[in-house]
Amino acid sequence: MRYTRSSTMLSVAAIAVLALSACGSDSDSSADGGGGGDTEAVIVVDGSEPQNPLIPTSTNEVGGGAILDLIFAGLVSYDADGVSQNEVAESIETEDAQNYTITLKEGQTFTNGDPVTANSFVDAWNYGAAAKNAQLSSYFFESIEGYDEASAEGSEVETMSGLEVVDDLTFTVALSQPESDWPLRLGYSAFAPLPAVAFDDPAAFGENPIGNGPYMFASEGAWQHNQQIELVPNEDYEGPKEAQNGGITFKIYQNDTTAYQDLISDNLDVLKIIPTSDIKNFKNDLGERWVESPYAGNQTIAIPYYLPNWDGEAGKLRRQALSMAIDRPEITEVIFSNGRTPAEEFTAPVLDGYNPDLPGSENLEFNPEEARSLWEQAEEIEPYDESEPLTIGYNADKGDHKTWVEAVVNSIKNNLDIEVSGKPYATFKEARTEATDGTLSGALRSGWQADYPSLYNFLGPIYATGAGSNDARYSNPEFDQKLTEGLAATSVEEGNEIMNEAQEMILDDLPAIPLWYQVAQGGWSNNVDGVEFGWNGVPLYYAITGN
Amino acid sequence: MTWYIVRRFLQLIPVFLGATLLVYFLVFSLPGDATAAICGERGCTPAVIAGLREQYNLDQPFWIQYLLYLKGVLTFDLGTNFSGRPIATIIAEVFPTTAKLAVMALILEAVFGIVFGLIAGLRKGRIFDSSVLVLSLIVIAVPIFVLGFLMQFLIGVKLEWANPTVSGDATISELLLPAVVLGLVSFAYVLRLTRTSIIENVNADYVRTATAKGLSRKRVVVVHVLRNSLIPVVTFLGADLGALMGGAIVTEGIFNVNGVGNTLYRAVLNGDGPMVVSIVTFLILIFCLANLLVDLLYAWLDPRIRYA
Repeated sequence: MRYTRSSTMLSVAAIAVLALSACGSDSDSSADGGGGGDTEAVIVVDGSEPQNPLIPTSTNEVGGGAILDLIFAGLVSYDADGVSQNEVAESIETEDAQNYTITLKEGQTFTNGDPVTANSFVDAWNYGAAAKNAQLSSYFFESIEGYDEASAEGSEVETMSGLEVVDDLTFTVALSQPESDWPLRLGYSAFAPLPAVAFDDPAAFGENPIGNGPYMFASEGAWQHNQQIELVPNEDYEGPKEAQNGGITFKIYQNDTTAYQDLISDNLDVLKIIPTSDIKNFKNDLGERWVESPYAGNQTIAIPYYLPNWDGEAGKLRRQALSMAIDRPEITEVIFSNGRTPAEEFTAPVLDGYNPDLPGSENLEFNPEEARSLWEQAEEIEPYDESEPLTIGYNADKGDHKTWVEAVVNSIKNNLDIEVSGKPYATFKEARTEATDGTLSGALRSGWQADYPSLYNFLGPIYATGAGSNDARYSNPEFDQKLTEGLAATSVEEGNEIMNEAQEMILDDLPAIPLWYQVAQGGWSNNVDGVEFGWNGVPLYYAITGN
Repeated sequence: MTWYIVRRFLQLIPVFLGATLLVYFLVFSLPGDATAAICGERGCTPAVIAGLREQYNLDQPFWIQYLLYLKGVLTFDLGTNFSGRPIATIIAEVFPTTAKLAVMALILEAVFGIVFGLIAGLRKGRIFDSSVLVLSLIVIAVPIFVLGFLMQFLIGVKLEWANPTVSGDATISELLLPAVVLGLVSFAYVLRLTRTSIIENVNADYVRTATAKGLSRKRVVVVHVLRNSLIPVVTFLGADLGALMGGAIVTEGIFNVNGVGNTLYRAVLNGDGPMVVSIVTFLILIFCLANLLVDLLYAWLDPRIRYA
């Protein structure tokens, strides 16, 4: 999971500027229709400081993820719509969705001249999984046979038994159970290959990584910490993401409000998140130079089952009542200016297999009368313990969640007549610690951004029994069973159908209440052209040209 | 005099120990597990968490953690922050920028504050004095982030006289706008302090004596009035240098300056104990040194003050 670290530390302060910028927009709509922009231009885009050395398996946040996606090429990559296509892989074959044979394209090299071989992948994955290396993204290899032995606490095992190199360009992967969507995951940066030099001194490699992707570091030390990261095209790269520009420079910002000022004065070429304080006026400021593009992310409120009032039959009715008492369309319109779309299930619309009309999706529709009647039914089974009123927790340090949490709280209060309040946590880590330890005293907002384009990625890691991000501590053997069946399906289509059957169960149980789907809102300067956002809300940097 | 300076330096030792202990304890008691900040929304596997805790000594009790840190400091090894980068390197990266910014702000506020305060004090009650007083009151009353965003928008975005943000090089010309914002509030204080002090001293006996013995007005004002009026101003400026170094979080945020303030802010959010303590200790030492400098300046400004 990559969590958004974009900080809007000063966004409240920026309201002071709101009025000014609203009346002072001299947007000259200079979007030229024709293609064929300047392919030599260096594009300056906004970024955030990578939190860890730039090693694919130790990066779990968007700042580093954006860089890794450009300097590494995996077995597969995703196009703008999230459809996976072979990149370094010549073929990925399986007959039983459990044993895979992967063949690589010939003649691929890292930017230091080393060839990309089967070992580049196998060694990188083994390194990522082994407990002794403490890699943050180690769980991505959990499906591979032998992961448990390598990743156990204190384990000295360095390889997974499921990986086997056949020859320079071929290796086989055995999973511990059939998983038809497994090849879909291979475009995530954790699965990238590493050159042999990476293992000699991982920390040094992370400062100056060497990859096989469409871009590479401009020079040693191109990563000027907290300032910028300079990338130039890798001339040897051949694949779907070939650079259309002379380089990408990530300028690192401490907050989006500042970045926005740079954007409107043409000092920054692409901004991928419009700060909350400017959502009302960015379309005015930027003329034609903005985009709203739905991506694979959502926002939910997880309600732990260990809270009194929210377990059992009465708890289920209360969860449904709560969900129906939230006026999603109004909140998305008023708070986000339609920069979000109301949720109709637990995944996201850009995904293959998305179905907004699942049985149970009516639980996510605003229906105050039904909400009240469900609440009364719950009262008959077991009266609501008023001594523990519901709180909705959010982290106050990043992401500006206060506004919408208050709106949801008011919507519930007005329509259900119960005591609810927002509960700010000073820091993200404080909220996460309580969620991980199972000591939350109320509900907690939780957002999910897809790692790879698959329905399962929105279900398994969050709602399966004992899963890493199961903040609600939901446990339903039938649901778990469905997930396993869905993974074992021989085709992705069949798998999606079963995943949606699993969704019907949680649409009824509501371990978390889905609120809305994320929409990327971004803008660009007068200097660039061809800005498009991908399925994951990240601009397709390689396709941007100068004007 | 030398003995006095040595004594003052020796006093820094208990200050250093007390400050590091206190700050380390405060960061240690912050709610939430530091590994949760590293692992993010999806969390890490227990094995990874155990590995991280061992790597950053988080599995040790408070006293051991603190002593390990102290040991590091005494052997000139500040350790690494939670991103695995050496803390000494980070401080060496961000400190020059912030120092440049703080000194620029200090010079601006001192020069303009004293000059304007002097003129206002000498022309007490006239139109210049009244308008300067009103303006300085407005500057003091308006929060710094409003001033910051306002100046960024007007000068950086609308008029395009300067870039709205500071690049990695942080050149003097780029830092001018943030330095003005940073120094603005203190400028108002310096102005008011100087003015009041001047008004008091202008009517003092020694000034009348100086005028009576036929000294030129310029010499009376500069050597007799101004020099004697500067003691409260210098006290304020000395304390302000420390505040400017550490308190520039808001200004650095607005103008995207990669400085001490921003680094400290991020470290606090992540519960990055060693990083926070190192920066704060560093600031405390600077604060103490600035105070020492102020005390020495007193003796120069007012020969009646002697240190033994």
